[in-house]
Amino acid sequence: MLDILFYVFSAITLIAAVLMVITPNAVNGAMCMIVAFIGTAALFVLLEAYFLAVIQVVVYAGAVMVLFLFIIMLLDVDKGEGATEYKNKLTIGASAIGFLLLAMLVLTAFSGDYLPEPGLTAVTENPEVFDGGVPFTTSSKSFGYSLFTKYMLPFQVAGFLLLAAMIGVIVVSKKHDVAED
Amino acid sequence: MTVGLNAFLIVAGLLFAVGLLGVTLRQNTLVIYMSLELMLNAVNLAFVAFSRYNGTMDGNLFVFFIITVAAAEVALGLAIIVALFRRRQSVMVDQLNALSH
Repeated sequence: MLDILFYVFSAITLIAAVLMVITPNAVNGAMCMIVAFIGTAALFVLLEAYFLAVIQVVVYAGAVMVLFLFIIMLLDVDKGEGATEYKNKLTIGASAIGFLLLAMLVLTAFSGDYLPEPGLTAVTENPEVFDGGVPFTTSSKSFGYSLFTKYMLPFQVAGFLLLAAMIGVIVVSKKHDVAED
Repeated sequence: MTVGLNAFLIVAGLLFAVGLLGVTLRQNTLVIYMSLELMLNAVNLAFVAFSRYNGTMDGNLFVFFIITVAAAEVALGLAIIVALFRRRQSVMVDQLNALSH
């Protein structure tokens, strides 16, 4: 049952991603992107990363894509000259061949017995702390525990980064006098 | 679930390839930016798959930080695109060639 779900969600994600790339209209592309993000969130659920799945839907499919749609509609880029065109023929051919090669590489590198495949171990709910990394659990409690112990410094830096980004956005989007520069 | 780690990695690799195709194929800066987000998302999927099959939480926490950085990056990038549009009245990459000549 879960296997079928994996194939269904993978297909939905990949098809939505391809549609996002090839659709001429940027708004339709953003809608396909939301589907791709939700498909990835479903794959996170299959991997038992429930907290990340929720974060993915709220932050990516919610906040980020709303921001994208807002900017796309604000700039109204689909009306401009050459808005729906791809790059020139040579670029299309070269990127298509490059994409095919990349897909072939992925398929040949991982198909068959070329790489060892670790088995899936059961998730423990209340793990004992053991050396060599925080054990995988489905509870978001272990997230908070790791964030405030092992990953304390990155956590603080991430908060500071968000503040810096906020100030940066204010500085960049402030209206300058065009004649002045 | 009998689906192995390699199946998830194939999906992540293909998603990354599709994102790269979008970056090279499209003219619209906003669509290129969305494709970049797709590539970040593919990496996130690979991280979570490795984390789950390895039995440690560290990959999940790394994805948490990647999502934080990506949110900050999207806000700043879109502000830059809006500032660029205000100056040049276009977001098409073939018209944003002031540095090339």
